[in-house]
Amino acid sequence: MTSTILAKTPVAPAAAAGGSPPRQARKRRGRWFRGPYGLITPAIVLITVFIAVPVGTVVYFSLFQYNLSKPWATKFIGLDNFHTMLFDDPQFWSSLGITSVWVVAEVVLQLVLGLALALLLNRVFRGRALVRALMFAPWAISGVLATQIWLLIYNPTTGIADVLSQLGAQSGFAPLAAGGSAFWAAVIAELWRGLPFFAIMLLADMQSIPKDVYEAADVDGASAFKQFRYVTLPYLREAIIITTLLRAVWEFNNVDLLYTLTGGGPAGATTTLPLYIVNEAVGARNFGYGSALTIAGFVILLVFSMIYLYFGRASRKESK
Amino acid sequence: MTALASPPALNRRPTRERAPGETRSGIFNHGLPVGAFLLFTLVPFYWMIVFAFRQTGSTLPLPVPFTFDHLKTVWTDLGFSTYLWNSVAVALCTLLFTVVLALLTGYALARFEFRGKSPFMVVLLATQFVPGAMLLIPLFLIFKQLGLIDNLFALIISDTVFQLPLCAILMSNFLKNIPIELEEAAMIDGCSRFRAFCAVVLPLLRPAIVAVGSFAFIGAWNNFLFALMFINHNDRFTLPIGLNSAIGEYSADYGALAAGGVVAAVPVVIVFAFMQRFLVQGVSAGAVKG
Repeated sequence: MTSTILAKTPVAPAAAAGGSPPRQARKRRGRWFRGPYGLITPAIVLITVFIAVPVGTVVYFSLFQYNLSKPWATKFIGLDNFHTMLFDDPQFWSSLGITSVWVVAEVVLQLVLGLALALLLNRVFRGRALVRALMFAPWAISGVLATQIWLLIYNPTTGIADVLSQLGAQSGFAPLAAGGSAFWAAVIAELWRGLPFFAIMLLADMQSIPKDVYEAADVDGASAFKQFRYVTLPYLREAIIITTLLRAVWEFNNVDLLYTLTGGGPAGATTTLPLYIVNEAVGARNFGYGSALTIAGFVILLVFSMIYLYFGRASRKESK
Repeated sequence: MTALASPPALNRRPTRERAPGETRSGIFNHGLPVGAFLLFTLVPFYWMIVFAFRQTGSTLPLPVPFTFDHLKTVWTDLGFSTYLWNSVAVALCTLLFTVVLALLTGYALARFEFRGKSPFMVVLLATQFVPGAMLLIPLFLIFKQLGLIDNLFALIISDTVFQLPLCAILMSNFLKNIPIELEEAAMIDGCSRFRAFCAVVLPLLRPAIVAVGSFAFIGAWNNFLFALMFINHNDRFTLPIGLNSAIGEYSADYGALAAGGVVAAVPVVIVFAFMQRFLVQGVSAGAVKG
């Protein structure tokens, strides 16, 4: 149990392995490896070709009427796509509203429950490693698989409703059939999959809090709650700011689960902005308008992140 | 149980043991909440397993009477054997490419000061804000130009590109924790930089490679959107889109759906179990501190 090594990585064993090389190795072998630029070139090329150029292309396409299924109608239309989006497309605004509720609900639930879970798993108890492994398992599950699993649970003939009816209660529980409940059913399924990530991130930082701080707090007679409030939370604040931001961005963009679980329905009640984009791109092959929506999403995300980080930084300076 | 609690690994971060104020672990302030979380986590998995291995018609909440019929159905009739091999190919290639590229990039970031380094870091981080869903359209056109539509390489490339930035940062953070003196010593002894890296640093990077490799594998295994957009032909389906089309077509055959889910879940769960103990460590070493 006490394999406490101070260095993050053991140093001793491999140091010996590097000795006694052949002499000619001193010659300039593998010149390609000599500079940092050679090393980062592959990454730069890949990122340029498959991320930077596509981002530019999206900007370019957003100025066109461009539908892959109607190639003859392709033409430059300036900012018309954006005009349509802002003034003539109620679906855009409703998808924005749904996206915000989705992101806020997921991040808040995952933060609160993830913090609780991390606190629990940070304690020492029998079988902790096993419990940890089990609890983190949904992290590795894809959105589609989560959908498949939760479909069984939400389906009236195979899931909760069926279990209830066997117990004698007629519940009529069919959460995916109605707009409001379908949304929250999706929130719970996503929570199931997203919770481990939050717990892992917070747990990793909790383990780096020095032990003696708690000892000092204990000597001063601080209760467990006060230790949490005045020791644990301040230490975790950076981690919480970064993790919530990453998670917000991730949940904003997350479409796998919604696309497969509800498909955006019923009646658009779960169509977030990215899901709307995917429906335009994959379903309607409407690349011009889809690109304009994409840019809207990207700008919103960017502005949100900057504001969030700005306030995160500002409050940090204040507390110092 | 105790053996599980302390795997005999050299590379573990120090686990804090019994810090004051967290020693009490009674059934009410501990057992109950842990139990509740476990229930929430495990019941959905259990439900899937029950349906996958229970004969159609049975309503017991157990996989009784037990059957492999559903598994056989998805494996042969629904083409999940093909989907599985496609997924394995994509995930393993992505793992390989991502690890190699992350090593190269991470090494450059950890061991060199160079002009343009901080802009490069900013670009790496900025890619995390570019969502896959938003690049579907241009990526589709690029892969069409390259003739890679309906080709698994489209998935391997796009998965690698999207995994690489965070993996490279993670790798460089790991590398920074390995004293540079080790390499310098080897180089003074006559090793080339490359040889010094292979002989001295690479063995120490094992946990990082496991972490990065697992992230890449799981990410590629689970990727749905790219496969949905770039793959149209049945023979090239990966498991996520195979599962998705099964959800559409066989929505009434719950046993088969659940069995398909089991096929999709088993490999990631194995990979996850393998890397699980590196996970917390990997995340804390690679955490992007603002």
